[in-house]
Order: sequence, then C-alpha cells, then structure tokens
Amino acid sequence: MDSQEKSYIEIDPARCKGCACCVVACPKDCIQIGSEINQMGYQFARFAVRQCIGCGLCFYTCPEFGAITVYTLPRKGE
Amino acid sequence: MQSMKHSIKHQKAGSLYATFERKGPGAKSSHYCPGCGHGTVHNLIAEAIDDLGIQDRVVFCSPVGCSVFAYYYLDVGNIQCAHGRAPAVASAIRRTHEEAIVISYQGDGDLAGIGLSQILHAANRGENITVLFINNAIYGMTGGQMAPTTILAQKTITTPAGRTAANEGFPLHMAELINTLQAPVFIERVSLGTAAKVMRARAAIRKALRYQTKKKGFSFVEILSPCPVNWKMTPVEARRWLENSLEPVFPPGNLRDLPNAAPAALGAPGAPGATGVSGATGAPRVPGVSGAPGEPATPGAAEPVISQKAATKSERDILEILGANSEPLPTGTVSLAEEQNVKIAGFGGQGVLSTGILLANCAIAEGLRTTWLPSYGAEMRGGTANASVNISHEAIGAPIVSQPNVLLALNLPSLDAFEETVRPGGHILVNSSLVPRQVRRGDLHAWYIPATDMANALGTVQIASVIMVTVYALISGAITIDTLRRVIPLSIKRKSLVDINLRAIDAGVAWHRQECCQDFGRPRLPHVSVAGGTAPGATSEEPPVASSQDPSA
Repeated sequence: MDSQEKSYIEIDPARCKGCACCVVACPKDCIQIGSEINQMGYQFARFAVRQCIGCGLCFYTCPEFGAITVYTLPRKGE
Repeated sequence: MQSMKHSIKHQKAGSLYATFERKGPGAKSSHYCPGCGHGTVHNLIAEAIDDLGIQDRVVFCSPVGCSVFAYYYLDVGNIQCAHGRAPAVASAIRRTHEEAIVISYQGDGDLAGIGLSQILHAANRGENITVLFINNAIYGMTGGQMAPTTILAQKTITTPAGRTAANEGFPLHMAELINTLQAPVFIERVSLGTAAKVMRARAAIRKALRYQTKKKGFSFVEILSPCPVNWKMTPVEARRWLENSLEPVFPPGNLRDLPNAAPAALGAPGAPGATGVSGATGAPRVPGVSGAPGEPATPGAAEPVISQKAATKSERDILEILGANSEPLPTGTVSLAEEQNVKIAGFGGQGVLSTGILLANCAIAEGLRTTWLPSYGAEMRGGTANASVNISHEAIGAPIVSQPNVLLALNLPSLDAFEETVRPGGHILVNSSLVPRQVRRGDLHAWYIPATDMANALGTVQIASVIMVTVYALISGAITIDTLRRVIPLSIKRKSLVDINLRAIDAGVAWHRQECCQDFGRPRLPHVSVAGGTAPGATSEEPPVASSQDPSA
C-alpha cells in the first residue's frame, strides 16, 4: 500500500456478497465489482481506484459485518 | 497491508461476534440476503453500543422476522421475543433491570401487524426503552406478502395487482401514530436510501440510545429499509425505489425530540410528553388530549384534578379499601422443614388457579419466598387446569413444579395425571368426593378429604379447594391458619363470599382435628403412611377452632 495516500479501504472477499451498495455510496468512485467469484458464489467488490478520502460511507452502507475496513492517516496533532 | 502510519478509522464493531457459528464453524458472513438493510442497521447499532460503552448492559430484544437471528451477531444480552411482543418483553426487562439498556428491534409485520397493541402501549407508558422499527413495506421472512406498511399499488405476492385502499386499506404510518401519544421523548423516521441518509439513521439511533442511558424515556426510530429479494430488484435498484416511492409515503424526518425531558420516574405525575404539551406557544403537542392547555374541557369528562386526588390516596387508605388496615400480617413465623413444591390440579372452575394464588399470597404474608405458575387449556370452564406453587426460604430457581412433593388432586384425571410425578415421601391430598379410587403408590402419604361434599354442605362446591388448602396448611405447616384467615379477604374479589370461605377454613380445620389428631402423636390415620410417619408440623400448628362448625352436617 502506498503510504503517501491519505486513506484506503480493504474489502474482505470472503464476506462480500456483491450487492454494490458501496460502489454507489463512494463519492470518489473508488470501488468496483470484480469478475472473480468468492466461495459464497458472489462477485465481490474491489477497491480499484486510489482516490479514497476515508469518508467511511462505504463502510456504513455495507450490509455485511466487517467486509470493509477503512484506514486513514492520523490528522495533524494526533 | 496497513502501513505503519495508517490507522484504522472504521472497522467491524466489537459488539459483533468474531464469527457467526450458526452459518457453520468460523462463518463470517450474515444470513441476510445481499443488499438487505438489516445488516446495515445491525452495524450501526453495534457501533453505537461500542461508542457508548454499554455492551455489558444491553439487552437486545429480537423479533420474529429475518432478524430473528440477531442474537447470532450482536454480542450482547439477547432475548428472542414472541411475534410482536418485543416491546412487552422490553418493558419487563426495563422494570426489573434498572441498569439495562433495552433495545426492541422489530419489523413491520411484527410491530405494525401482530404487535400493534404492544408497541402502542409500551410507547404510551413511556417505557425507557429504544424501539428500532425496520420498515421495508413487506413480509420478508415468509416470502413477500403484503405488510401493514405496504404502500398503495405496491405489488406483493398477496396483492399481485398492487395494494388498493378499497381492498386492503392504507399503509400504516407508525411514527405518526406514535407521535399522537404523550409519553415518547424521541420519534424519528430515517431511511437507508443513500449513504448520506444512512448517516442520518446512524445519528438517530445513537441519539435514541443516548436518551435511554439518560433515562429520558421512550424513543422510537423508524428505519425505511430495502428488501431487494422480495421487492424483486437488485440492491441498488431497491435503494432507488426506496427513495423514489417509499419515502414520499413515509417522509423521513424528526417528529419529536425532547432533549430536556426529565428522567422518567415511576409515579411522577407528569410524563415527558406532558412537558411537551405545554410548549412555549401554549399549543398542545398532541391534539385532542384532555387537560392540555387551550383544550376545551368536555363537561362531565374526568379532569386531571380527579386523578390527582386518586394519586394522593395514602397507603393507609388503600389498605382500608382492601380491608387490610387493621393489623399487620404476620411474617417470619414459619420454619419450613423442606421446600414445598405444590401442584394443585383439577377442573377449570374448581378454583384451582385462585387457590394457588391464595397459597402463594399466604406464603408471602409468612415472609417466605414463593412462585405461582398457572397452566390451563383454552376453555374457561370444564377444561383441565393446574397451578404450580413453590414455597421456600431460599430464592426459587424455576416456577414450574414437575416433581411435586405435595399434590392437591381435586378430580380423578388430576390424580391419574400427576400421581406418578410426586416424589417419594411426599403428600397427595385427594378430593375423595370426586375421586373414586385410592392412591396406588405406597411410598408417600395419602389423605382423603371429602372436600366437595363438605363444601356443598356449607353452601357452595366452589370452596372445596379452600378446604383442601386448609388441610394442606395443617399437615405441612408451610402456612398458618391465622395467615390463611387474614389473607382470604384480600384474595377474594366478591366480598360477599369472604364469610363462606372463612367457614371453609373452619371446616378444613375441623376435619383435620377429627381425622388426624384425636390422639396426639398417634393420629387415627385416614392416610397410608410410610415409615417415618407424620408430616412436619402435623400437630403443632393447629389453632383453636370454633366448636359450632360441623362440616359433615
């Protein structure tokens, strides 16, 4: 992971059901549905475009538990 | 991978289990369909629980519906409630566990259909609980039938041409309905239609829970949630439909927010909503509620001042009304040889259940611990009924009595059904008027009391069970006859029957005296006895009895 990026997300392929809610929620269009299929038979979402601002909207929209984790650099002073 | 500088900003909440074993060992995914709103709301709840630091205090009442399995996900106290009854269960937890944070989580069929009564009354009582209402306008778990909140023209498998007002009525607006009540402190409708709206839902859920931690009162959050499978849409289409079709019918927004509501306290005359009624404008928050400022009082209608009068009745007045103000009830005079597990069984209408209550009330008056648990068929009269009563010095674990040490068999089916369950060395008291056979077992005490004949001689067969309980009191010593006499007037609703019940007690005492205690220590036994002989307290607890009573006359 490029440490120069302020934020990024990780999507757990094993938990994703490919509903694409995160794809719609992302204001920077960072997420795409891939072509691979996971063990549950779903085409899972991938973090594809590195323009993440760490807003967390994908995280809050996601109906699964822990499928998305959001990482960010600490703000100044932290 | 996470770089050294980056830190986690959002991750799975700690109030969710690490894995969900129901789906198989180590399973990490939910049982919900792709794009279901339940998972989103579960995440919001779990995060709020984490952030408020209340995980150890939360009791989550899950409904019947797809979210019936919420307890597989949320690592908090969980109760899975009967269909529609979550607010009633939540109320019970609220009343018994002061520190609990109680969340009632319900769907539209559960809350607005079968449980409409429970939610309205819990809201009207202003229970300090948080109700989260998942409205997806359809029955999800059962496969897409019309729900109370299904909107007009919406197609479901039971409204294949679309819901019509003429045939199925209009969708129920629960938030607005709750808003007609005075007690709630927070009512808001939110939507999961877009990410921004999810964040508003997040804020509402957090606020509702925060109000509960401050004991402000009843909070209600209606969450418009997608059901892509039963709506027959993709998850993304479903969210669009939610925004374009559902939200116009159920407009999101806050309907009530009383951040300054006083903490709810039992017995306080003014509920939080009453504060809201007298707003700055003087306009009533709830139109049509009598007693609100500016509302014309209906002539003859009960005015608030009357209820205040009733509320100021002193304890002494109440005791006088109940006829119990003369002397304090005796307490702590009885010492049990062993815990009493009593089964009282007979026909419905024989006073089986009320006799059980009488016995339990007597035990309470003796300062003992007790439970009463009824069991009966659907019929009011003529069916079978039995009551389990436990009496003990110790805390009682379970109210059910499956292996009694005392059986009061008021009819033959009861003796047939329960004789084998009595523990060896126990007592069976048989109503020999109605039971034509002897007790078959030889390893316990059997007492044959012609209770129905005795009761009939006194004027009504309904007091047979009181005679039986009197004899039980004498042979067990679990309660005193004095206590029985004092409690009887409190237990009987029709005061005209107090006298005949007191005479039933006298009859029972006389029977016991005549049949069991003529030779002290060596009773002329009408019962089969095992080695070891008489019951504890058989001769020591007998009070004097009026000689004028002759039950066999």
